[in-house]
Amino acid sequence: MGKQPAAIIGVGQTHHRAKREDVSMAGLCREAIDRALIDANLTLDDIDAIVVGKAPDLFEGVMMPELFLAEALGAAGKPLLRVHTAGSVGGSTAIVASSLVQAGVHKRVLTVAYEKQSESNAMWALSVPLPFNMPVHAGAGGYFAPHVRSYIRRSQAPTHVGAIVAAKDRNNALKNPYAHLHNEGTTVESVLASQMLWDPIRYDETCPSSDGACALVIVDEDTAKSSPNPAWIHGTVMRSEATTAAERDQVNPQAGRDAAAALWKQAGITSPIDEIDAAEIYVPFSWFEPMWLENLGFAAEGEGWRLTEAGETAMTGRIPVNCSGGVLSSNPIGASGMLRFGEAALQVRGAAGEHQVDGARKALGHAYGGGSQFFAMWVVGADKPSN
Amino acid sequence: MSRTLSAPVTVAFDYTRSTGPVVGRFLSGLRDGVVVGGRTSTGQVVVPPLEFDPVTHEATTEFVEVSSVGTVTSWTWVPEPVKDQPFDRPFAFALVTLDGADVPLLHALDVASPAEVTTGMRVRVRWAAERVGHINDIACFEPLAPGETEASAPAAAGDEPVTGVVTRVSLDYQYAASPEESLFYRGLNEGRIMGQRCPTCQKVYVPPRSACPSDGTPTVEEVELSQTGTITTFCVVNVPFLGQKITPPYVSAYVLLDGADIAVLHLILGVPADEVRMGMRVKAVWKPEDEWAYSLENIDHFAPTGEPDADFDTYKHHL
Amino acid sequence: MRDVAVVGFAQRQMPEFDGSPTCVELLVPVFKELYEQTGWTRRDVGFWCSGSSDYLAGRSFSFVQAVDAIGVIPPVNESHVEMDLAWAMYEAWLKIQTGEVDTALVYAFGKSSAGVLRRTLALQLEPYTMTPLWPDTVSLAGLQARVGIDAGLWDERAMAEVVNRSLTDAEKNEHAIRKGGSSVEELLARPMYADPLRKHDCSPVTDGVAALVLAAGDKAREVRERPAWLTGISHYVDPMGMGVRDLTRSPSAQRAGAALDLDGVEVAELHAPFSHQELILRRELGLGGDVVINPSGGALASNPMFSGGGIRVGEAATRIWSGEADKTLAHATSGPALQQNLVCTLEGKI
Repeated sequence: MGKQPAAIIGVGQTHHRAKREDVSMAGLCREAIDRALIDANLTLDDIDAIVVGKAPDLFEGVMMPELFLAEALGAAGKPLLRVHTAGSVGGSTAIVASSLVQAGVHKRVLTVAYEKQSESNAMWALSVPLPFNMPVHAGAGGYFAPHVRSYIRRSQAPTHVGAIVAAKDRNNALKNPYAHLHNEGTTVESVLASQMLWDPIRYDETCPSSDGACALVIVDEDTAKSSPNPAWIHGTVMRSEATTAAERDQVNPQAGRDAAAALWKQAGITSPIDEIDAAEIYVPFSWFEPMWLENLGFAAEGEGWRLTEAGETAMTGRIPVNCSGGVLSSNPIGASGMLRFGEAALQVRGAAGEHQVDGARKALGHAYGGGSQFFAMWVVGADKPSN
Repeated sequence: MSRTLSAPVTVAFDYTRSTGPVVGRFLSGLRDGVVVGGRTSTGQVVVPPLEFDPVTHEATTEFVEVSSVGTVTSWTWVPEPVKDQPFDRPFAFALVTLDGADVPLLHALDVASPAEVTTGMRVRVRWAAERVGHINDIACFEPLAPGETEASAPAAAGDEPVTGVVTRVSLDYQYAASPEESLFYRGLNEGRIMGQRCPTCQKVYVPPRSACPSDGTPTVEEVELSQTGTITTFCVVNVPFLGQKITPPYVSAYVLLDGADIAVLHLILGVPADEVRMGMRVKAVWKPEDEWAYSLENIDHFAPTGEPDADFDTYKHHL
Repeated sequence: MRDVAVVGFAQRQMPEFDGSPTCVELLVPVFKELYEQTGWTRRDVGFWCSGSSDYLAGRSFSFVQAVDAIGVIPPVNESHVEMDLAWAMYEAWLKIQTGEVDTALVYAFGKSSAGVLRRTLALQLEPYTMTPLWPDTVSLAGLQARVGIDAGLWDERAMAEVVNRSLTDAEKNEHAIRKGGSSVEELLARPMYADPLRKHDCSPVTDGVAALVLAAGDKAREVRERPAWLTGISHYVDPMGMGVRDLTRSPSAQRAGAALDLDGVEVAELHAPFSHQELILRRELGLGGDVVINPSGGALASNPMFSGGGIRVGEAATRIWSGEADKTLAHATSGPALQQNLVCTLEGKI
């Protein structure tokens, strides 16, 4: 027995901000959930099961917060799951929720992912000093910047490519009312003029720290008939490798390459750049756009930056990337992956508003964990998959 | 010698919680010396109010002031209190249904022994001396004195609604290193950099691992590594941040020690930051021996050896 | 639905593990044991899923390093839940049901002794008005036990009977860390601890890891002559609030049980970390006097956090493999006072 068809008929997200001091954790989640349910034309009572995702519990200082949130999320008396797979969690959570429908276990599943970073300090939570271990001496970007340098060396990319990505995503965010950053007038020049934090990464090339949530309603074929514009799931994939291993390729990780290959195969895609109309890729630091373009197979190894430099990842390009403004414009960590998955669904539903890519029929949602070791991806389409 | 190294560690943070309107209304009430419940769609008065109704799922909007006197519906004795509980001497936790409420509230009950508690006993709120909009504004419950029927309400202590609360989470752990890590840290305490070779893939890991991440086999054969190595890649830290120990700019680099198959992250000093290169040869510079501990910090930093740079091909598989 | 069976189970339990909080050192030999049970290598495993908690380990992303124990070159199809092993198994069961994979290995780890467990678990509570009081797990269980005693639903003797049977049965379980029954009278003569609970009413703080192997159809038959087929699996959650719940009940456990066919269950492994909770569960699941409860000794004999529920599944499966029983039940719980519950049935024949 193969997978049952499944579709996204509701997408909701919060207005992402540095501090959402107006809401509790439950209130933040419900803001996204209520929007997703309205979009799906369903109520919480129609939902069979709920899947919650978020990044480390130390961020909000609550162990397994889905337990205290159960009633507010409408999960009381229903099955509730909690996924945590590092930075890829928003994507993995959506995949677990889809599997509930694809396995034929449930018909209408609600999934929500959130982070309320303002309750603590992510830098602290990620680097609690442990005995014997040397304290982190490089700060947040210090982990990523050396790998970006490796990419630049290996690909011989011109050093302004990162700034092109940042300027594009920040301008795309101006078309997304939910985005955290709405920085008018960002240009390649202004990004290049911003402070060099972790050479080669500049201030304007880094993601913000956000409070926010994202929710999706994923349903079976029968329920999807009631939606005017379901986004059908054409493929889902998760792959993991070690965070540190001898001779691990940290620029173009094998787990990402394997995941992409499996995903394209499942979705029946032979030429991703020709067949994908919009991609929402997890890019927390600008340079990860060209790196992931290669890892995903949109470009040959060492060639990803050429697509970016030629403007092919802009909304009007061959492969529009992060029309929503992406992680560079909003980063509620646990929700960031689900936002990529949800924005991909919005594109193929023709519901992305001002940042809609005309006529998008197939889109990619992509998420990865901070050490480039965990990957989660899906392809959604306007048409029901034939396989 | 114990099998592994271990040491205490405290994980502590003052979380700044935004409460939203419903929990905020409850905490505002406590600050003002009143206990506020929320009415559900089925008419029940719940304390503290539920943020969202269990039936309609709508946000709670109807609030009801209840009495600060109530009845114990269950209790348990706490013979050995843990850190940060309301009392550091034995006490009871109790579920108390306040007059005017339909369901109980959990809080401490101050009595000297379990013999002084019964289900059904009447108790009242003992307010904290200072009230700030926190659950601890209720210091505890205490038995109602014979003949007493109402607790006197204290004066309100503020006028702005409470929108946030700071909660300290401080946890004490005993942290242990794995046996393989313990070998590494013990070596550092003797001025040596110890790795181990994986018997399956033959790669030399530093620090050694309980499971080789490639094949799941514990690393076994001990290998003392060279004190010199090659910078594979690096970043220049220009930004000041919390807890930083060195004035920027400085370089954080992956150093592939000669004989190792995986790089370690460390500091590069003794050379201007803008002169550090991929492929640069560096050597460990140790702190004075009397400062050594079981830590990679015994190596103060790595500094250039002055040798010619390594060819890109010799380290490109480590990027 | 595809036919899926439990075909492998391994565990390690101890009062205090002296190694790392990610327990990689314990997972490696457990995986080795499972490869021996199944005749597989890691490449034969289609999907991996783990359960653990960062707050138990005292650090973020504690599960990330545990993946090393698998050996992840080439990369693996893998996921993680911040839940007990039983729910990791549920995610793997789903994955097999989608047809994407035929086999899965699920594992969990927890070093409960690294912190003060009953205090750490106060972080599971509502963070605005409950956690700041640090109500520890034992106190919450005590409040629950008292409600049932006051209501006349059970008494201290009934609780002691549960303990005596568990610790007597635990003598036959090499993994139990507390064992040795005596008599109900002797147990009742011991001093009260957290009135109404005595120490033996509470599960011992336990470190450990456990893992289960799932396989579909013929893959399962290749591994075992008598696979433990998962003929039903269901889980639900209740609200957390201690005030809004009837603490003498566990509606989520009742609902999970009611979703399955429990007729003919011979053995039930119930995850009851406190003695009175077994009494609640027996009632909610409608288990009669003819059902053998917790022949392993149950959670009162050892309860490694995040493995404790999954171990019940493993113990129930073991009794199918051996032919001791034709139908068994396993239950797992999570959250304060039986808030979240999973029930599954295992059968030798389908």
